[in-house]
Amino acid sequence: MTAPRKKHREAFLLGNEAVVEGALAAGCSFYAGYPITPSTEIMECMAKRLPHVPDGVFLQMEDEIASMGAVIGASLAGRKAMTATSGPGFSLMQEQIGYAAMTETPLVLVNVMRGGASTGLPTSPGQGDVQQARWGTHGDHPIIVLSAADVPECVEMTVTAFNFAEKYRTPVILLLDEITAHTREKIDLPEPGDFEIFSRLTPTMPPEWYKPFEETMRGVPPMPPIGSGYRFHVTGLTHDALGFPTSRPEEVRALTERQFRKIDRFFEDIQLVEHVGTADAEVVVIAYGCVARSARLAVRQAREAGVRAGLLVLKTLYPFPRRHVEPLLRSCRLAVVPELNMGQLSREVKRVNEGHTVVRTINRIDGQIITPSQILKEIA
Amino acid sequence: MAEITQLIHKYLRHNKKFPLVFCPGCGHGIVLGSLVRSVHALGLNKDDVVIVAGIGCSGRIAAYVDFNTVHTTHGRALTVATGIKMANPKLTVIAVMGDGDAFSIGGNHLIHAARRNIGVTALVLNNFIYGMTGGQCSSTTPEGAYSHTSPMGQLESAFDIVELTKAAGAAGVSRGTVYHVKELDALVADALSRPGFNLVEALTPCFTQYGRGNGFKSAVEMFRWLKDSCLPIERFEKLEDRTGKIPLGSFVRRDIPGLETRYAAMCEGVRRKKGGAA
Repeated sequence: MTAPRKKHREAFLLGNEAVVEGALAAGCSFYAGYPITPSTEIMECMAKRLPHVPDGVFLQMEDEIASMGAVIGASLAGRKAMTATSGPGFSLMQEQIGYAAMTETPLVLVNVMRGGASTGLPTSPGQGDVQQARWGTHGDHPIIVLSAADVPECVEMTVTAFNFAEKYRTPVILLLDEITAHTREKIDLPEPGDFEIFSRLTPTMPPEWYKPFEETMRGVPPMPPIGSGYRFHVTGLTHDALGFPTSRPEEVRALTERQFRKIDRFFEDIQLVEHVGTADAEVVVIAYGCVARSARLAVRQAREAGVRAGLLVLKTLYPFPRRHVEPLLRSCRLAVVPELNMGQLSREVKRVNEGHTVVRTINRIDGQIITPSQILKEIA
Repeated sequence: MAEITQLIHKYLRHNKKFPLVFCPGCGHGIVLGSLVRSVHALGLNKDDVVIVAGIGCSGRIAAYVDFNTVHTTHGRALTVATGIKMANPKLTVIAVMGDGDAFSIGGNHLIHAARRNIGVTALVLNNFIYGMTGGQCSSTTPEGAYSHTSPMGQLESAFDIVELTKAAGAAGVSRGTVYHVKELDALVADALSRPGFNLVEALTPCFTQYGRGNGFKSAVEMFRWLKDSCLPIERFEKLEDRTGKIPLGSFVRRDIPGLETRYAAMCEGVRRKKGGAA
């Protein structure tokens, strides 16, 4: 991903602030949001930065539903657009996420997870929105869900989120947790050329030939900005290749299948993980977010104690990186899945496991982090 | 007649399956006509016009017109319209909504769009009822009126769309009806040509879901009711007994630049001061 290193400016940033650096590096020029702990620094930072970006727009909306609406509108008008929120706001956004998925509107949504259901633990970490990120909006739809474990990764994964959104014309959800968002670390600020940046394909054919939701080789139709001469209809209703509502079974099936296929075909590109000593591992820890940091230390300590332990850090949560997880479940005698919830991603691990090995979960829901020693106890 | 044919060919989609989804006697097609005539009268380029619609009978208008059209989620048309306008202020953005859409589920977005004066024209088709879902009362259903969810008569009072939008700070607020078509055309064209948030309430009868349950014998009778009970605001104000009468015309005309204009000016100031540093 990275080009030859140039001289970088250093900064001591929160995870939330790093998200903004990543977004701007990716070409984001539109933010609409509503304040909510623990994501608010993203919004405050955008409010200061975007007026300095050419054509940059920052909007504080009346609620999270409106924020998503504005982001969708801006994206339809050709902008790279994003919003950020936390649990209660994420719940409010669900209907609009479905609309973005159905209309194949690229956007990035950062959800900084806090603890608990409802108002829960606003200032404590949690990872309880994992299944909601996949299945929160109604109906069958594809989605991409990413996560980040430290401040540099907040930059990297925000850029990746924009790239995936633009490449695959889909909403992308970046799940952070309160710890990752509020940890301050030294990072190199991104410079132009550090990351490969993708922008959505726009049509090249004359407007009268353009079919906005036509099947293409990649399954991702080109998308012109509103106002560029390609006049077409966008609807959340099931639609035909021209974008008009349809309930004809063959057209409904074609639309839904293409929407799934455009993600399925590119699993290899989308499913990002980090392997830490998994090659010879007999015990594997599968973790994401702030828990992956604890796991990193636990695995090192286990190695020192003579246990061949490995760590698989999931940067992509959905589509679930089965091709990385499955071989480890076959080769290891034990898989441990620590999470700040009652067991959400471990459901996916168990689904893929199909009885091959022992899957042990570590679940913590008291607003505290899972410590390295807690993990070490399970693996060593 | 020739003129109408020309407008139909120019502004309605050739590849969209007609006839309209609207019931016989519905007024929505007339509002659609007003919209097309206003765009034509102002000489707007079709590429620069965006229709953002919500959910409901009114939401279906978007699919028929050959502009950039976005059929959004229920109540959220104004949020998407706000995003589009801020992203590209050169576009003429029109939000087409029903009464349930704009003032029930989307009421919060409406007052905030008016407060921030985003440069969007809101066209609210008020038929006092949820038509598409089969005739349930809305926030504009008159007190005492019958619907499937107010079978003993509506207990709650109705929003006055004009007063509410006025109080929320909109640049322009007007009311017309589908009986007074020339006047409606003028109100829509006026709203489209003014800066800031401008709302036009169009009273449009729903005989199928509202009229039949409330003592109207035909759609024609509903149009006659509009004719008899609505009158220009100047005449309305001179009336001693205003019971059952509805004023029409332009209620507010404030000269407020749209949010997009104020935002651009702010950014220009910021960049000048800092010498364009990002």
